[in-house]
Amino acid sequence: MTALATRIRRVGLPRLLVHLSVLLIVIIWLVPTLGIFVTSIRDRDQITTSGWWTAFSSSSQTSAARLGDPSEQRQEGDEYVITGNVFEEGAGGTVRAFGVRVQEPAAFEAGEDADIGDGETLMVNADGSYVHSKNTPFEGSRGQRVYLSVATPPEFTLENYERVIDAEGIGQSFINSLTVTIPATIIPILIAAFAAYALSWMDFPGRAILIATVIGLIVVPLQMSLIPLLRLYNEVSSIFGVPSKTYAGIWLAHTAFGMPLAIYLLRNYIAGLPKEIIESARVDGASDFEIFMKIVLPLSFPALASFAIFQFLWVWNDLLIAIVFLGTGRGQLVLTGSLNALLGSRGGNWEILTASAFITIIVPLLVFFGLQRYLVRGLLAGSVKGG
Amino acid sequence: MVSQIISAVGVMVVGVFVCALYYWLSDKILQVIFPTPSGDIQRASRNLNRRAVVRPWLFLGPALLLLGVYLVYPVIATFILSFYDRTGSVFVGLSNYRWALQDAGFRQSIFNNFLWLLVVPAACTFLGLVIAVLTDRIWWGSIAKSLVFMPMAISFVGASVIWKFIYEYRGAGETQIGLLNAIVTFFGGDPEVWIAMPFWNNFFLMVILIWIQTGFAMVILSAALRGIPEETIEAAVIDGANGWQIFWKIMVPQIWGTIAVVWTTITILVLKVFDIVLTMTNGQWDTMVLANLMFDWMFRGGGDSGRSAVIALVIMAAVTPIMIWNIRQANRETGGH
Repeated sequence: MTALATRIRRVGLPRLLVHLSVLLIVIIWLVPTLGIFVTSIRDRDQITTSGWWTAFSSSSQTSAARLGDPSEQRQEGDEYVITGNVFEEGAGGTVRAFGVRVQEPAAFEAGEDADIGDGETLMVNADGSYVHSKNTPFEGSRGQRVYLSVATPPEFTLENYERVIDAEGIGQSFINSLTVTIPATIIPILIAAFAAYALSWMDFPGRAILIATVIGLIVVPLQMSLIPLLRLYNEVSSIFGVPSKTYAGIWLAHTAFGMPLAIYLLRNYIAGLPKEIIESARVDGASDFEIFMKIVLPLSFPALASFAIFQFLWVWNDLLIAIVFLGTGRGQLVLTGSLNALLGSRGGNWEILTASAFITIIVPLLVFFGLQRYLVRGLLAGSVKGG
Repeated sequence: MVSQIISAVGVMVVGVFVCALYYWLSDKILQVIFPTPSGDIQRASRNLNRRAVVRPWLFLGPALLLLGVYLVYPVIATFILSFYDRTGSVFVGLSNYRWALQDAGFRQSIFNNFLWLLVVPAACTFLGLVIAVLTDRIWWGSIAKSLVFMPMAISFVGASVIWKFIYEYRGAGETQIGLLNAIVTFFGGDPEVWIAMPFWNNFFLMVILIWIQTGFAMVILSAALRGIPEETIEAAVIDGANGWQIFWKIMVPQIWGTIAVVWTTITILVLKVFDIVLTMTNGQWDTMVLANLMFDWMFRGGGDSGRSAVIALVIMAAVTPIMIWNIRQANRETGGH
């Protein structure tokens, strides 16, 4: 709460309204993600029969059962009666309604003594026990078929996750994503930091032009690079007889594409380090290499961390570079690529899609909530200062 | 599986080590080539100067090499390829450009890109500003901000799955499991296949990007709002301005520069939007945008490098004014350094 905010409040909108609107915004922003999380742990049959927002109340499902056959009938007074339970041994649930015709599966309320014609009456209780009676003996060999509207309690399961990790290859893709992301996050940092140091503390002709070029390259669309690079990769692969789609290829691509922003962010920070420290180290006879390793690198930790988070999120979440520079086999398909493929092949299987999506977003979300401070700092350094 | 991770970590360690070794070794070699003998002061100082001339380029070397191969060379090559045929071997002059002007799909993409450019940056900036102002006034504002900021960490593909589930359609009479159709039917409307409604479906796709990017706008604008000097607000309060006037006439003009930065950053992002369209509709039902059209031509029927180069150049041309503005802005700040 700043003094500024206090002043606005004195003249501004009523406080409650502000609280309510922020609450509404937060709910709108959170609900979509909540939706796939809840769906991913629901039973797959329940996903298709009810909305995820009803997941915590029980859902109604229509099922069919057969009553006991005429051989089980007893005579009670002048009535013939069959009793039993519509649920099989061990299965549970609550009967809400029942019927004897498939067109009207919920014609009668549970507990109602229903007249089903031919002098027969049927009563199914909520717990599934029933009394089927008739004024003449039951005939035939099969029992009456009944339709039930059964309320099943909410069921949560990790089965969807087990299934996608194993059978749908999401587990392998997770490993592939890590394989792409770890080197592609760490390696650019060192290269960019050396370049940023040279651009901040060393004097040489053409420095201003280089800085301008790097800033210009930040916004160059990836689309400009794709065609020539694809051709280049194919040529290199045919000349040296190596596959054109390799992890090494995508590491280099991500390193290069992250380089302009990395140099820019790190240069902003490194150029702002106190001049006295670096000058006095020079006077003491330290070489630039030593100054960089012993003074600049440790002092720049916040900027390095900011960039590392950016690069990590960008590489992990990237789809375009992965589908262009990596193959589509199981050994190379990253999470975003897998998810995209599943959207095509498993379009309606929400238990698979939601569980896969959640696995895809969980790592960035953990990074985000764990290191948000550095992320915000990096954003501010990258946008507000330089534009 | 585990061996793959170990090899990735190994590459990381080796990569970092090789990088460090390069910088260390090149520095050592420099010292050997240009020695500074203690007896010969003249020669020593001459060699020190020579070292100072060479050293920056050793430090910059790997970065410049990567930038050159992966960004500068491709920009030039794409430009040249746009004058060649589908295989990139026969010069065809301007025929790819002529094709683009007459192609219905290209026009559709340009139109859709314009829609995106009009709506998304404006919506993100406006919502971001409103949320920044509102959350600055309440005690749980930072939690709220963090939650609105969260989609920023989610991939476009992940976000597309999240929203596709919201737009999920079931026939009328069935239980709607998509939130939007459930709300519509709750109020008595008919369920719709949202992502297949030409023209309007563009907006349903834009919502995804707005959902992701509003947090970014909010964080940056919120920092800018905090930087407004209090005296200006105080003076306005004394003069009897109300909250609305203070917001529009005092606060917004003072953060105009930041608003421009947020706006242009999101504009660049919008021009490159690809994942969302690919995963939601793959350009069907008139939702094609330039980045997807370009990708399409890159692989369609064996690929047409000429046509997709032209499309890439259009995106590049749209980005260029912002690029020049950025460079001038940065030059002004560093005083021409």
